[in-house]
Amino acid sequence: MATVLPHEGVESAPVAPVETPWRRFAADFLESPLAVAGLVVLLLIVGIALVAPFISPQNPYDLNQLDIMDGNLPPGAKSAPGYIYWLGSDDQGRDMLSGIFYGLRISLGVGVSSAVLALAIGLTVGLFAAYAGGKVEGFLMRVVDIQLSFPAILVALILLAVLGEGTWKVIAALVTVQWAYYARTVRGTALVERRKEYIEAALCLGLSHRRVMFRHLLPNCLPPLIVVATVQVAHAIALEATLSFLGIGLPITSPSLGLLIANGFEYLLSGKYWISFFPGVALLVTIVSINLVGDQLRDVLNPRLQK
Amino acid sequence: MNRMSWRVLAGAFAAAMISIANPFAIGPAGAQDLTIGLGANVTSIDPHFHNLSPNSNVATHIFDKLIDQDEQQKLVPGLATEWKSLDDTTWEFKLRRGVKFHDGSDFTADDVVATLKRVPWVPNSPSSFRIYTQAITAHEIVDPFTIRFKTAAPYPLLPTDLSTVFIVSKKNEQAPTGDFNNGKAAIGTGPFKFVEYVPGDRIVVTRNDAYWGKKPEWAKATLKLITNNSARVAALLAGDVQLIEAVPATDYAKLKTNANVALSQIVGNRVIYLHVDSYRDQTPFATDKAGAVLPNNPLKDARVRKALSKAINRPAISERIMEGLAIPAGGVLAEGFFGSSPKLKPEAYDPEGARKLLTEAGYPNGFGLTIHGPNDRYPNDEKVLQAVGPMFNRIGIDTKVVTQPWATFASQGSAPNYAYSLMLVGWGAGTGEVSSPLRSLLMTVGPGRGGSNRGRYSNAKVDELTNQALATVDDAKRDKLLQEATEVAMADVGLIPLHYQINVWGTRKGLTYKPRADEYTLAMSVSRSN
Amino acid sequence: MTVFIIRRLMQTAIVLVVMSMIVFVGVFAIGDPTAILISADSDMIERERAIAALGLDKPLWEQYLYFVGGAFRGDLGKSFVFNMPALQLILQRLPATLELAFAALVIAIFVGVPLGMYAGYRPESPVSKAIMAGSILGFSLPTFWVGLMMIMVFAVQLGWLPSTGRGHTATVFGVTTSLVTPDGLAHVLLPAVNLALLKLSLVCRLARAGMRENMLMDYVKFARAKGLTARRVVMVHVFKNILIPLVTVTGLELGNLIAFSVVTETVFAWPGMGKLIIDSINNLDRPVIVAYLLVTVSMFVFINLAVDILYSVLDPRVRLSEAKG
Repeated sequence: MATVLPHEGVESAPVAPVETPWRRFAADFLESPLAVAGLVVLLLIVGIALVAPFISPQNPYDLNQLDIMDGNLPPGAKSAPGYIYWLGSDDQGRDMLSGIFYGLRISLGVGVSSAVLALAIGLTVGLFAAYAGGKVEGFLMRVVDIQLSFPAILVALILLAVLGEGTWKVIAALVTVQWAYYARTVRGTALVERRKEYIEAALCLGLSHRRVMFRHLLPNCLPPLIVVATVQVAHAIALEATLSFLGIGLPITSPSLGLLIANGFEYLLSGKYWISFFPGVALLVTIVSINLVGDQLRDVLNPRLQK
Repeated sequence: MNRMSWRVLAGAFAAAMISIANPFAIGPAGAQDLTIGLGANVTSIDPHFHNLSPNSNVATHIFDKLIDQDEQQKLVPGLATEWKSLDDTTWEFKLRRGVKFHDGSDFTADDVVATLKRVPWVPNSPSSFRIYTQAITAHEIVDPFTIRFKTAAPYPLLPTDLSTVFIVSKKNEQAPTGDFNNGKAAIGTGPFKFVEYVPGDRIVVTRNDAYWGKKPEWAKATLKLITNNSARVAALLAGDVQLIEAVPATDYAKLKTNANVALSQIVGNRVIYLHVDSYRDQTPFATDKAGAVLPNNPLKDARVRKALSKAINRPAISERIMEGLAIPAGGVLAEGFFGSSPKLKPEAYDPEGARKLLTEAGYPNGFGLTIHGPNDRYPNDEKVLQAVGPMFNRIGIDTKVVTQPWATFASQGSAPNYAYSLMLVGWGAGTGEVSSPLRSLLMTVGPGRGGSNRGRYSNAKVDELTNQALATVDDAKRDKLLQEATEVAMADVGLIPLHYQINVWGTRKGLTYKPRADEYTLAMSVSRSN
Repeated sequence: MTVFIIRRLMQTAIVLVVMSMIVFVGVFAIGDPTAILISADSDMIERERAIAALGLDKPLWEQYLYFVGGAFRGDLGKSFVFNMPALQLILQRLPATLELAFAALVIAIFVGVPLGMYAGYRPESPVSKAIMAGSILGFSLPTFWVGLMMIMVFAVQLGWLPSTGRGHTATVFGVTTSLVTPDGLAHVLLPAVNLALLKLSLVCRLARAGMRENMLMDYVKFARAKGLTARRVVMVHVFKNILIPLVTVTGLELGNLIAFSVVTETVFAWPGMGKLIIDSINNLDRPVIVAYLLVTVSMFVFINLAVDILYSVLDPRVRLSEAKG
């Protein structure tokens, strides 16, 4: 069945009495149990990340709460203050469960904020290019093409070599790597939308270009953007973890999941698997759930693909 | 995968496979061949290009020095059979006879002179060996096997300095670094001959059958550069290499119980310590609890520095973070090295006493402090610093920990930037005696002095005693002066020592490595057990 | 076509100039390489000598102009650390990286395409669903993590394969490679599979999508109606049509593989360019960073250009002048 996008004018569907585009979209999405599972897990993870400080047994970054005498304890061991390290502790006596909760917060935070920033930039550039056309468009799209022809990791690597270390620098590098994807997607969709009658109508009504661009053109470019954004958040999280692993990502003061894994890397061979194993699982589950959701969104929002 | 199934699976397969797989793993390397996993990158085969310990480690295989350092860094005859000071500023060296370079030419005093000329000449050197030869103002060849050196002032460290300088053939006095890397000029008198150098990957050498000293047991040695700790351990476990250096603390306990591996260890010449800014009136990272920089630098007060030292639980760091691969330090070089004082014991862990000292100094509620350190330089550097943070917190000092790659840390924390207030650094005494850390870390910054004194500590008494020691040729007197200077500096907490590192090597079973205090990993020191 | 190529090369030149400037200023701002390279025993005099020896005492713009002058003669400067021409250092490492990327690409294609085609041919079968779920896992798994697990299992626990480094090399048709010796193959297997995983998933999904789109096309129905076997239709006709997007993507992915080998090379201590660049970043070895950048960027431009040309040959509907923009 073809998925119908909101602007295409919904043909009257026979089943539901109040069929809205969103309901239809939700129904399509819920068709895949895998995607639903992904969504549930993802919501859970986001929930954990949001309330991490309230549900963690320990604030893993309050130096007063750490005691190295509690270091490297296996899962299930009891700490000196009396609570149990369900997932073990790292070399500093940091509870891994709390560490993962906080790590999720940082990884998701970095991933989402870089994706949002990149989206904002990419959207503006893409819309502007599509709307302006001509030489401006040619130039902007050339920049996008050139940027996209280089692998993300190479660009991030060089940028971080040049910028140095720091949370904001990592975000800046991730934004630089991502914005072009959004710009290209927006511009592609906008070009198609621009030729449609409702835009011409809006222009004929004498609405300002700005208004047409942001109030009319933009909402209709959203579906493909959502798909790109989901995938990009997963990419950003994975890339950040990789950069942190290589030692040129986040500083130790903001320990993302990637950093936790890197930290436990050296303990793996000595049998203290829990230090990097559990953060690795958390990272994997996060990325997989985002990808599952993104995958289904692509199928649902892409009218070309038939189920 | 849960823990149980992982263990069961791994255990079962390991038991079944190791006996079958290992002969294949060692296969290509025969009984006469040795493969070593080195932990730090080598930047050149030219022994005079870069004053860097991994380079000298490799060069030791191919080249000889006038004077060698043994496992404990005591001076022993090398290409010079004996040396003595004729007067306060003249030294005479007798050279070994009958030594041949790898190309068959004879070794004479001319080669020594050529080496002295080449050392300061090497183009583009990022760190030259000139600092070890500059004391020599003139030389005189008495006969082909006797040479005399003149120094401008009494300089007892000349033999020590020369024990770091590799002798090259006079033919290669003007040879560029590239000629050493491709082997054309890599001609020494050492126990091994150069075969191949692949930058960043490996160095291959073969036995020099005409070597003047004890011939190595191995016909061929391959030095593989495996800088990643886990990869290096994995290579040993898999049998790809037969010896690795710098066994990481994290794998130490595991390897100790592994039946296929033998470990050897020794207390090294490196101290890990905290450098404290005791120079500035206002130091950038000592703040009040709200984060405003304090008008007076609390770290200038020796009582505050003492309090910080008392706050540190050294045994806990050595046992937990370093997993037993460190011993708590009270000085700048471990006991047993020349000039180290047996009186200097590590400061006991005493948070109560620390609080009392802080109150005395006028900080009953403590203050705020950010401490800096590298995260890729010393074993567990980042973790040690992270562990120090909570300890300072416990005596009321709100501590933030910042770690950076050495590249950033070193250029910010050193002269002329001196950007930090308290920082973790390490110091390996290349000379194997105490004047090295005293001169570089604790003497007032000035020409030839205090080169790595990142806290800019200055104490006239320490300067005086050390200068006196550096001008005393008599060993017993110098030993005493060095001990005294260190004791003065430590009583004043010129820096806060944490621990001395223990160097560990891992070999496949059946081989033994004679451990070295200078962290060198030499194919000559590997032998078959029994 | 010629105009197209000239335009591309001009753009590349601009990119190279901009990037080299950014790196020059950036590395200069981060720190002073002599602070890392110099022996701790050294005093101020020695430090100043070293700064002058590396040419770092001159103003930054002068250093840059000097570099540009050298670059036009094909000299990208000497590594601060190795005192060897930076270009030579990189070219020495290039074969190892290319070899790894090539091996990974081969694995990705020869495993990914059949899996993807099957998943597209029978989209509802449980095996296909498993393949698709696996492919999501494949590009969600962090490369470094998988690499580590592989070393743990295959090298340490099982002892089947060597854990690190590159094996023996041999020269075949003037190319020195480790892909032709048994020892070399044993060494390359783990890192190549590790590097291939991500691309394998991608190739698999592309092949599946192509398969699904093509199976609905009229020519397939027509061929089936003509009485051709399903096997022949898929293997010959559909396969040919899937090939076009695959060629483009794999071409572009080769560049990606080369860049991503940074991670794999770090984990497996593979002596390629990736390891070199990480070391150089840590040492602030600017000449090598700049040279690496110039070499890889030129390589990508070349690969992209080759893919574009190949694409236009394979699919006559595509004309290269389009890209003028």
